[in-house]
Amino acid sequence: MARRSKRNVAIVATGQTDHRSRRPDVNIVEMINEAVRRCLSDAQMTMEEIDAVIIGNMEHFEGIFFTEMWAVDGSGAFLKHGMKITTGGTTGSSLALAGYYHVASGLFDTVMTIGWEKQSEGETTAGLIFQADPLWERATMSGAIGSFAASATAYMHKYGITEEQAAKVAVKNRKNAFNNPHAHLKMDLTVEQVLNSKMLAYPIKMLDMCPTSDGACAMIFASEEKAKKICQNPAWVIAGVTRHDQPFGGDLEMVMNLRTLRSATEEAYKIAGIKDPLRDLDVAELYEPCTFAELSWYEAAGFCGPGEGGKLIDSGATYLDGELPVNPSGGVLSTNCIGATAMIRVAEAAIQVMGKGGKRQVPNVKKALATGFGGSWWSDVVILSNTP
Amino acid sequence: MEKKNEELLVAEFNAQFTYDYSAGRYASYFFKQLKENKRIMGIKCPKCKRVFVPPRPACGYCYVKNEEWVDLGDEGLLWGYTIVQFPFLDPLTGEERPIPYGYGFIELSGAATRLQHFVTASDLRKLKIGLRMKAVFREERKGNLADILYFKAIE
Amino acid sequence: MGERVGIVAVYQTKYEPRKIFDSYPELVFEVCHKVLEENGLTIEDMDQIITNSQDFWDGRTISNRTVSEACGSVLRSESKVAMDGSFAVFYAAIRILSGCYDSCLLVSHCKMSEGEPHLINNAMFDPLYQRIMGLDELSTCALQARRYMYKYGINEEQCAQVAVKNLGNGQKNPYVHRGKKVSVEEVMKSSMLADPIKELEAYPITDGACAMILANEEKARKWSSTPVWITGLASRLDAFYLGDRDLAEALSLRLAAQKAYQMAGITNPRKEIDLVELSDFYSYQELLWLEEMGFCPRGEAGKMLEKGTTQMSGELPVNPSGGILSGNPVTVAGAVRVAEAALQLMGKAGAHQIAGAKRALAQGHCGPCGQGQCVIILEKGA
Repeated sequence: MARRSKRNVAIVATGQTDHRSRRPDVNIVEMINEAVRRCLSDAQMTMEEIDAVIIGNMEHFEGIFFTEMWAVDGSGAFLKHGMKITTGGTTGSSLALAGYYHVASGLFDTVMTIGWEKQSEGETTAGLIFQADPLWERATMSGAIGSFAASATAYMHKYGITEEQAAKVAVKNRKNAFNNPHAHLKMDLTVEQVLNSKMLAYPIKMLDMCPTSDGACAMIFASEEKAKKICQNPAWVIAGVTRHDQPFGGDLEMVMNLRTLRSATEEAYKIAGIKDPLRDLDVAELYEPCTFAELSWYEAAGFCGPGEGGKLIDSGATYLDGELPVNPSGGVLSTNCIGATAMIRVAEAAIQVMGKGGKRQVPNVKKALATGFGGSWWSDVVILSNTP
Repeated sequence: MEKKNEELLVAEFNAQFTYDYSAGRYASYFFKQLKENKRIMGIKCPKCKRVFVPPRPACGYCYVKNEEWVDLGDEGLLWGYTIVQFPFLDPLTGEERPIPYGYGFIELSGAATRLQHFVTASDLRKLKIGLRMKAVFREERKGNLADILYFKAIE
Repeated sequence: MGERVGIVAVYQTKYEPRKIFDSYPELVFEVCHKVLEENGLTIEDMDQIITNSQDFWDGRTISNRTVSEACGSVLRSESKVAMDGSFAVFYAAIRILSGCYDSCLLVSHCKMSEGEPHLINNAMFDPLYQRIMGLDELSTCALQARRYMYKYGINEEQCAQVAVKNLGNGQKNPYVHRGKKVSVEEVMKSSMLADPIKELEAYPITDGACAMILANEEKARKWSSTPVWITGLASRLDAFYLGDRDLAEALSLRLAAQKAYQMAGITNPRKEIDLVELSDFYSYQELLWLEEMGFCPRGEAGKMLEKGTTQMSGELPVNPSGGILSGNPVTVAGAVRVAEAALQLMGKAGAHQIAGAKRALAQGHCGPCGQGQCVIILEKGA
């Protein structure tokens, strides 16, 4: 059981690179440094004022064992406390939570968290192979797509979710991305285009899946005293919850029902005093690895009942002008630099609360939800508020 | 170092990382049964009585040690499936898998968790959720999950 | 330091060169289940789990994925620290100090026997300037040893004496596998791995796991009659490129130790600390780390050892457990330092108990030549 921290902690600044499929112009440390500089600039702070740096990515994808050590020149961790956390897809949100806990402990006033991935430099196949369990999964390895697809059919079968409804998620999110200067894929799509895109593994088509991007994201967490000095409208962390689960796809319902998200949001809502998420939240950044997942995560996050994810997107409630805009940043369908992706959800939610969203700003954001997904269908949930 | 266009250099690193993974007592028994007897075994939690496959030392729900082996037979229901069109690399052969192929989750009778494996039918288009599937074993088995070729729809 | 975090219990597997029968879930379940069972606690008592492992050693991306059931994190909160175990203890303490969690089950695992150490350690170096030279942990530590010896007048015999002491101490520790009586001559004659580091001066390939229960003050007092308090904890990272540093200096350790002492209210570590468990992957490291942690002036750690000060019978026992030289896996090693120091303060160290120990220091490091350093000060519960 988690509870609210003893001390108030807020996110006061963020920085992201402009995510692209390849960044041959920078090496990994330079790319990290770009996000760090943008974040410091957002805070109008210098590296000297940061007490600790927590960093992570998905190590096997680039083949670098001690990135937190190598990146010291670019991450600013020199002679500071530093840590590396690597939990697969949830890395970014694990890092964000680590930033929160570090400041909440009272031992650090300002902590920078950095998530990054430069998958173009690694061998994706090798990365995928190492991700598959050597005893139980490698012999039949069919990537994340295999598990998403094989459980999406179960989801469709049980609840009558359609491929059209899923396609709407891709249309919505990639169009939202036009408002986000950092997003990788910005596309003006129709449902037909999504349905006609290349089939990868039924029912998942190319445009139903997230891309792989090179990019980095940095955030600064600050104590109450510092936060009020650094930022006009800090994004206060009012709940942080993690749930892990059994290791294998076959142990779980996967896309059909993400029970870790269900369990984590239930606890987070209790901590944050949220009774009706659709009404009480003003914006949500959900980690949607594929279109079908976003529909299912609406249900797991309590925006609607089981099996009603398709109906919810049909209603328009999760569009920019709807009751609860989901993924105004463009979501994971637009940008996926794995080690950063979950942190980008938290950063984008913070941007909304801080009022720094520019063209993607949702009006009057008081409470924002950010979720991380990855590992073995794990979930991180962070709730931010404009008041502590 | 190679010189690429626009003078952006790329440093290559090529290494063959090999590992000798210990299968452990549970997996070792499972694969022995698979190889020698064409039996798919699950492990039962003494407390909640759920039978898990693949086998594992601890029940995640009760946090107790799993001890009793259960023969799960070789038939089950297709819970979810897909037809893969993307040529993933087969780590066991180093070659791309021929596409299309079926992949899915099978609920073996009596098991609380599903086994993921290749699935097929006389025609891939006949695959649908709820079909009864039967394991087809290789003639020559090595004691790994590829000893099962695939699960085939009973038609 | 205002609030305190307590270590309630620890459990270690036997550390062996090759635990061939144990898969990771079996290894992790053994230590986690036992540490709870032996202390009358259940997994429900744990608010969170912190796992500690390295993907490169496990040969698995997201190396905590397969051990979730084994560590009890199904539908519970878990996170993973991918560094030396001392940093994992640090993070577990931070999460309790945050107030979000009252307790923590920590488990660290590694099986060095499954991968290829030289290749894995080569991957810690940067692909642009360093890997092509075939640098790995051993070769770079050998560079550090030589530089340290040159600058501060430490000699090879003094380094060998560290091995004699620690391997000798290891005889009294039932968990390690390389405890034995050796002479300075035998150490000096053991095969040269990378000059000046010889085989008996380098840690052996080892598999194993270590689990620990930590809690806030209220729970720690409830659960244990001998809680051990963390009264100081600090970590610092040095520069990465070896040429950016003078390898004879361990600046990050010096700063981390200073900060930890300040938090614990220690002004004279030599007098105020009763024993040290430090990370001796290679024998020279014990001497270098002792100096940088202020236990003696620079260049004097060898003399301090020769005088007998750091023997088990001396004023400041160092590595009564036998240290990493006696056989601890990398990654787990830092957690073991904390565990062994805690056992000493609990009075549960058995044959290698240092009588009357009240305050201990545990140190771990991570990265090339001890780039990242973590110091944790522990005090016997009152």
